[in-house]
Amino acid sequence: MSAQHRDRSRAAAIAPFLWLGLFFLFPFLLVLRLSLSDIALAVPPYAPQLDLSAGVDGVREFLAALDFETYGRLGGDRLYLAAYLSSMRIAAISTGILLLIGYPIAYAMVRCPPAARRALVLAVILPFWTSFLIRIYAWIAILKPAGLLNAALGAVGVAPLNLLNAALGAVGLAPLNLLNTEAAVHIGLVYAYLPFMVLPLYAVLERQPAELLEAAADLGCTPVQAFWRVTFPMSLPGVAAGALLCFIPMVGEFVVPDLLGGSQTLMLGKVIWTEFFANRDWPTASAVAVALIVTLIVPLTLFQRQQQRLLEGGR
Amino acid sequence: MRRGPSLFNLASLGLGLTFLYAPIVLLVVYSFNDSRLVTVWGGFSLRWYGELMHNEQLLASVWMTVRIAALSATVATLLGTLAAVALTRGGRFPGRTIFSGAVYAPLVTPEVILGLSLLLLFVAVGAPRGFWTVSAAHTTLTLCYVTVVVQARLASFDRSLEEAAQDLGCPPWRAFLLVTLPNIAPAVAAAWMLAFTLSLDDLVIASFTSGPGATTLPMRIYSAVRLGVTPEINAISTLLIGLVATGVIAAYLIQTRGVRRASR
Repeated sequence: MSAQHRDRSRAAAIAPFLWLGLFFLFPFLLVLRLSLSDIALAVPPYAPQLDLSAGVDGVREFLAALDFETYGRLGGDRLYLAAYLSSMRIAAISTGILLLIGYPIAYAMVRCPPAARRALVLAVILPFWTSFLIRIYAWIAILKPAGLLNAALGAVGVAPLNLLNAALGAVGLAPLNLLNTEAAVHIGLVYAYLPFMVLPLYAVLERQPAELLEAAADLGCTPVQAFWRVTFPMSLPGVAAGALLCFIPMVGEFVVPDLLGGSQTLMLGKVIWTEFFANRDWPTASAVAVALIVTLIVPLTLFQRQQQRLLEGGR
Repeated sequence: MRRGPSLFNLASLGLGLTFLYAPIVLLVVYSFNDSRLVTVWGGFSLRWYGELMHNEQLLASVWMTVRIAALSATVATLLGTLAAVALTRGGRFPGRTIFSGAVYAPLVTPEVILGLSLLLLFVAVGAPRGFWTVSAAHTTLTLCYVTVVVQARLASFDRSLEEAAQDLGCPPWRAFLLVTLPNIAPAVAAAWMLAFTLSLDDLVIASFTSGPGATTLPMRIYSAVRLGVTPEINAISTLLIGLVATGVIAAYLIQTRGVRRASR
């Protein structure tokens, strides 16, 4: 490839870079700055203001006026810590469930004949294209107390939920209701993110040469041994890609915990939303956002590397 | 030779697909339910669809959403394709790490963070919030998806075709337009569709960056959902799902045809 050619290709980066600089990178600095502003003055325009016309003194004054009060409050308040920990826990558990469910699906897709494989990829992607909000909404109708799940169980005559509820009622407990529980949040997250787990797994599994398994068989491996010694270790990049692709956005997820988790489920995405829209406390919302970004930087960097290797490998 | 799918494989596929599609099927079925109750089947009826047609507020937000999606998908496709060209062909240029970081990060960045940071930007520059701010925000969100889709296609495109055109005296930009672009066109079209539907769907970023008078459809659905499950929401959801499914399957057919032609 000629150097001149490469230069021209690089010039193509200018417009998207400017756009992302203005609309993606720069706004992060604004969030950081706002998180260090005074709460009392937290209505636009926020104090302190950076006065660049005052030169170095202006910058020094600005830096001196920044304070970490908001962060102090975040650290001191149990609510934020609890939300932080439960976000991590819920995202980690859901990622684990996704791996357990997604791997067999991706593996089964690869074992199908090529024509069926293409159709199956489309079948897995299709729900991802339909509205996230609508798919989560669909689960409300299923999980709510007088919902379709209970109706279905009742129709088959099993009614384990009703029996359980009767038992619970007898000892004076509230009836079991899946909606507005953490279980519902897991169901929603697994449901919404399943395509993101299956597709990276499918991509690595599909590229594995079938001859490897033959070789393993020739060397005396049983199919199960061959899976654990050849197929699975070789699919680990896909496992990592899928896990990161699901875990990172799930930590900050808002729609699922809000609609399915009810008021007891605490997650950071919901905290940011509430601080912002209900409490109108912009500095606190920003501080929570900064804490979230800082936590996600390591997985984000890993994801970055993965993407680069995946899309630009061998160049 | 690869063995065919085992019973276990077929079972996991069956269960997986049921899990993915059952809620959607139920939602669609109950949009035709004459009864207002979710669990009671009151007979087939189109009355909720009829009621939608008279809901002026809802229709206005549909129009707003479609306009935002069309504009942001178009700008994102332009910028995202440029970014894909730079990343596949630019080699190692200074600032490349930051650039690719900025391109891929929005893929996984939680939406609340994107929404909040963009809102602060719009407040800082004093931009009136509404159609334009939501469009700009959605462009930022969808740009990275476009880049990933186009990049995958560009990476497999045989570079020598373009070089041959240049050897025959074609200026580079014309070679790109006449040789490369038609070849990656299916991917670019698919990327536009993806950007369009992502914008159509987005609730969180739109809520942060929108202002009075620019309520999008997901925002309207969200506020209705908070009040409970109603057949009207099922009906509008069914229409959306039908629209998107048709588009995706069409894009899939276009793309497979393009791939087949390219490999011929």
